Amino acid sequence: MTDWYETFEYDVVVIGAGGAGLRAAIAAAEAGCAVGLVCKSLLGKAHTVMAEGGIAAALGNVDPQDGWQVHFADTMRGGQMINDYRMVEIFAKEAPERVYELERWGGLFDRTPEGKILQRPFGAHTYRRLCHVGDRTGLELIRTLQDKAVHSGITVHMEVTFTRLLRDAERIAGAFGYRREDGRFVVFKAKAVILGTGGWGKVYKVTSNSWECTGDGCAMAYEAGAELMDMEMVQFHPTGMVWPPGVRGILVTEAVRGEGGILRNAKGERFMERYDPKKLDLSSRDVVSRAIYKEVQAGRGSPHGGAFLDISHRGAEVIKKKLPSMHEQFLKLADIDITRSPMEVAPTVHYVMGGVRVEAGTGASTVPGLYAAGEVAAGLHGANRLGGNSLSDLLVFGKRAGEHAAAYAKAVRTLPAVDGRQAAAERALLQRPFDASGGENPFTLHEELQDVMGTYAGIARTGEQLAEGLQKIVALQKRAEQLHAGGSMLFNPGWHACRDVRFMLTLCEAIFRSAIERKESRGAHWRLDCPDQDPTWGARNIVVAQSDGRMQVSTRPVPPVPADLTRLVRQGA
Amino acid sequence: MAEARFHVFRGYAKHGDLVTYQVPITEGMVVLDGIHYIQAHLDGTLACRWNCKAAKCGSCSAEVNGRPRLMCKTRVDEFGARPITVRPIKVFPLIKDLVTDVSWNYRVNQQIPPFTPDANDPGPWKMYPEDVERLYEFRKCIECFLCQDVCHVLREHEGMDRYMGPRFMVRIAALEMHPKDTRSRTDLLKGSGGIGFCNITKCCEEVCPEHIHITDNAIIPLKERMADDYFDPWRALLRLFGGKKEPRGT
Repeated sequence: MTDWYETFEYDVVVIGAGGAGLRAAIAAAEAGCAVGLVCKSLLGKAHTVMAEGGIAAALGNVDPQDGWQVHFADTMRGGQMINDYRMVEIFAKEAPERVYELERWGGLFDRTPEGKILQRPFGAHTYRRLCHVGDRTGLELIRTLQDKAVHSGITVHMEVTFTRLLRDAERIAGAFGYRREDGRFVVFKAKAVILGTGGWGKVYKVTSNSWECTGDGCAMAYEAGAELMDMEMVQFHPTGMVWPPGVRGILVTEAVRGEGGILRNAKGERFMERYDPKKLDLSSRDVVSRAIYKEVQAGRGSPHGGAFLDISHRGAEVIKKKLPSMHEQFLKLADIDITRSPMEVAPTVHYVMGGVRVEAGTGASTVPGLYAAGEVAAGLHGANRLGGNSLSDLLVFGKRAGEHAAAYAKAVRTLPAVDGRQAAAERALLQRPFDASGGENPFTLHEELQDVMGTYAGIARTGEQLAEGLQKIVALQKRAEQLHAGGSMLFNPGWHACRDVRFMLTLCEAIFRSAIERKESRGAHWRLDCPDQDPTWGARNIVVAQSDGRMQVSTRPVPPVPADLTRLVRQGA
Repeated sequence: MAEARFHVFRGYAKHGDLVTYQVPITEGMVVLDGIHYIQAHLDGTLACRWNCKAAKCGSCSAEVNGRPRLMCKTRVDEFGARPITVRPIKVFPLIKDLVTDVSWNYRVNQQIPPFTPDANDPGPWKMYPEDVERLYEFRKCIECFLCQDVCHVLREHEGMDRYMGPRFMVRIAALEMHPKDTRSRTDLLKGSGGIGFCNITKCCEEVCPEHIHITDNAIIPLKERMADDYFDPWRALLRLFGGKKEPRGT
């Protein structure tokens, strides 16, 4: 019975080796657990590597007035108050220590003349708060954690894709999947599983996300019975590359504006003066994205449907020092020297605020033994994430999820039993595309679902459009039953894409159903038919979960913010 | 629409051949776009690694018209009307098509003693811009392993059992020159690191997509450190009792 899959056994299995997964794995190993860290790509290639601008933490190195209270208030305001305040409080208080810890592990940051960690301004952060190293902070973070992790006794399994979480009755028992290299099936037995699987930007065509961001972790959690929250909240980063077509969506870091970059429309107007006269180009991402969208709609867009972003006034020396990879990226891919000419930019899908609903301090999902941290988890960012808050999120909640999963694993008396039937059912699903009957191309279906999301669940939404989009996704789900893959199970991207598409369609459905439900505009969720904020909705988070094989939508009350913390938010407003 | 002719290596370790595909050209297209077109429209089984498509992750290394490159950063228009031949990087064992087994690099990395600060100095640390900025070059490495691919010791002499390769000289340099690191790795360099095998032909520098001066700024200074520690009698004596790094001017 066991010879058709390989078996591994750990106390804690961490899925995903970006910032959250690595930090969680380190924490669980330090707590004395046997840890297996499993990633779809090679180690060190996760999407975290593309984070550019910095890590938000109120060190107060440049602006001594900064403190956790201000970071708390900025994050709550940015999230339009549907964040879980308990997560935000923990986050704002612990982020500085996580940054210093990274430094103790060998991570390097740009310095002040006095030798402290330098901090740069960023959108909607009151003070200069982002610890950074040029515009490659994510690479520094992931490399530091990677080197720490490989000396922490963690076993790394690279290029393994999990496609199903295994359960013993209600609680988690492990995960099932395949090795990408040879298609061989694997079962990982575990007392606890931590998801650090990131987001699902790949459900959109114009996105800054890498191929891995297909939301497998979130969809697996949903299929295992976990609740998902705030799925309607998809962040459009205001500045993605626009031209040439092949690079459309690639991120242009907010640090360009942090370092003084200015947005202009085709008429040369500094249009942010009209949309947010106070914060201007450094307003929150939802506001800047909508502003660019409105400028384009009004006929004042750049030639390829965006805006111009100019940093050339800072001079070649500063640009090459503080934004070296932006300089290289535009020079090589778009034939533009940003030290001389403006960049053309437009909104690009960058981040999902929603995801697995977790307990504030522990990262525990609603499934016993299943934890989530980082982008796959919901609650910290509410309706809109501030730039730089993602990297500190990974560190703060990665560590906490690791520690709490370890504590849970240690308290587990009897090892959960793996039910071979669950694995067999998943194998059957995985192998179906090789049957000759189906005729759907997974790449084509992926493109079609991206078109649906871009058209019906974009920056500007209406109830009518959302309902239409949902119908189209349901139709694609039917067609996905007929997906076909040729060739063998040896490193076969077409075959891999078949399962990815199914996961993505589940998440698309969740986005539509949640977006239809939220009949107001808040943060990233902009409804043309309900243009205002509605306090009733401000007190609710939208939750989806599987029940009787169907996706059910419900709401949960936003945890009420205590008076002393509410005061903090009001003070800085 | 104009088309580019792609010759792509298809196959496994034991057998394989170039297969020709016609790919429509779009403005600003890169080689990786061509590979993706083939996967989506012509053959979904074509295997390649990629992640960010923005030259930040170092996954899509291949040999394009004989030259080790990142496919995401190699423009199709630079070849004019010439066909584009894409082969896997040669130095590592082939898995399938453009995917090679790079696990050796991860095993090597694990042998390098990690960053080791003074346990009695928990920070926050004072480090001045000039202390850290000279390390940035090394920390820019995206581990594409193109330098490993062209290294003569590894490529022509199959020296993986004797030399860690340029990538890990860069890694060791970043650790050795970190102002807060206390550990010496010169014994590793002299021993299993095999720095002596590098004869400074600088091929690694030429292919580095991050423009790291691997030989000039990492390997040569490390060779000097190693020589200092082993052939300067005073330092050699100290080394016997310590294993700690000696303070240096650079």
